Amino acid sequence: MAETLIPEDLHYSAQDEWARSEGDRVTVGITDYAQQQLGDIVFVELPAVGSAVTRDAAFGVIESVKAVSDLYAPLSGEVIAVNEALTARPELVNEDCYGAGWMLVIRPSGDPTAGLLDAAGYAKYVAERA
Amino acid sequence: MTELRRTPLAALHERLGGRMVPFAGFAMPVQYTSIVDEHRAAREAAALFDVSHMGQISLAGAQAGACADLLCTRAMSALAPGRVRYALLCNESGGVIDDLTVYRTGADSFLLCVNAANTAVDLAWIEKHAGERSSVLDESEQTGLLALQGPASAAVLAQVGGAALGALKRFSFARAELAGCSVLASRTGYTGADGFELYCSARDAAPLFEALLEAGRAHGLVPAGLGARDTLRLEAALPLYSQELDADTTPLEAGLERFVELDRDFLGSAAIRRRRDAGFTRALVGFEIEGRGIARTGYPVLSAGRPVGRVTSGGPSPTLSRAIGLAYVPRELAAIGSALEIEVRGRAIPARVVETPFVSGRAAGRTNA
Repeated sequence: MAETLIPEDLHYSAQDEWARSEGDRVTVGITDYAQQQLGDIVFVELPAVGSAVTRDAAFGVIESVKAVSDLYAPLSGEVIAVNEALTARPELVNEDCYGAGWMLVIRPSGDPTAGLLDAAGYAKYVAERA
Repeated sequence: MTELRRTPLAALHERLGGRMVPFAGFAMPVQYTSIVDEHRAAREAAALFDVSHMGQISLAGAQAGACADLLCTRAMSALAPGRVRYALLCNESGGVIDDLTVYRTGADSFLLCVNAANTAVDLAWIEKHAGERSSVLDESEQTGLLALQGPASAAVLAQVGGAALGALKRFSFARAELAGCSVLASRTGYTGADGFELYCSARDAAPLFEALLEAGRAHGLVPAGLGARDTLRLEAALPLYSQELDADTTPLEAGLERFVELDRDFLGSAAIRRRRDAGFTRALVGFEIEGRGIARTGYPVLSAGRPVGRVTSGGPSPTLSRAIGLAYVPRELAAIGSALEIEVRGRAIPARVVETPFVSGRAAGRTNA
């Protein structure tokens, strides 16, 4: 398998989502490991702006050519933006999962990094499953 | 859980980065790099698949032709040596035991290529009906099978000593020496593209696979897995046993009437005629999703909000960049253009019945077999 990118400045969930905190906004997406495991992504279904997401609960669906998978929120809060570009170009998740392939911006209802792994912890978690 | 079986190519797949998954009791590569890239290679250049998991059963003896005629929905005694036919094995209720290709390998011999998951059942069925009259041999274990598919396939074979195979007609086969390996090469496949299926000894499978990859690189040949095999066969609307075909379904309901000779008797023919005369209530159709969403195997098919059937195969078409699928629906909804809905996670997504194959290549389907 190709090298897995795990940026230092992000936090990670055990369901292979990343979270980037900037003030009171947290951007969320799936990790490089997750997009590699899924393969060619052909469909992404995201919640509406204004809806609530709950940590470890499904907030959307991602489909590869072969399979349908749930997307799990790495933190709880209110959705304040969704990446509309993924409707027409779901492959952005494969091409740039930490950038143009972002999924949601969440206004967290509590500590945004509670229960999440740092980059080193997540790298270990990925290695354990290799 | 029982141990997964390995084809003679399993170690090579792992070395090439294939992601191995269980399929029909075998560990098989679902993809090497990307299902979409492997699919495109088969449509635009060439792709190489390991299909050694499939079963090969030989039938030989003075009565082999009569035996094949009894077992298959098409008369095989009429098949010329060097020709292949697609057909079905049916049970006495007219349901499908398996779909297969039959090779006339000699005056008194045939080779049957069957689905991996059905090999044991097929073998028992064939032995039961062959009786003393023909010898039936399971050759699956000692046989390797590679599928070289795509418009550049003949050019790739020319690089390994198979230039003469370029003249083979669709559904014909010939023996050849390719990269030092003895093969039976047939112009057949399960992708709707031009291509060849190459039968060899299990021992030669890996060297042949590597020689083809090496020779084909300049032609854009890539190794491809079961993921692309499935998206390709869906675009070609080729049925897959256990999804479109099963022991309760007649070949006619699956739209395979051109492979069923109801003017003669074979195992299941009386029941198929009886069921046809009583009238079928459902038909297999191809559909395209018109809304946003992807139909998957097992999703309910609705009409005016009411469940009327199930998706037998569905997914994204890499060639069309649209979601397509196959489903059994009531006959009154089977006409081209009929409006359907597919229930995707509780939502009804509009779909429409369309002509199949969804993608027609030079040799899509098995129409000229």
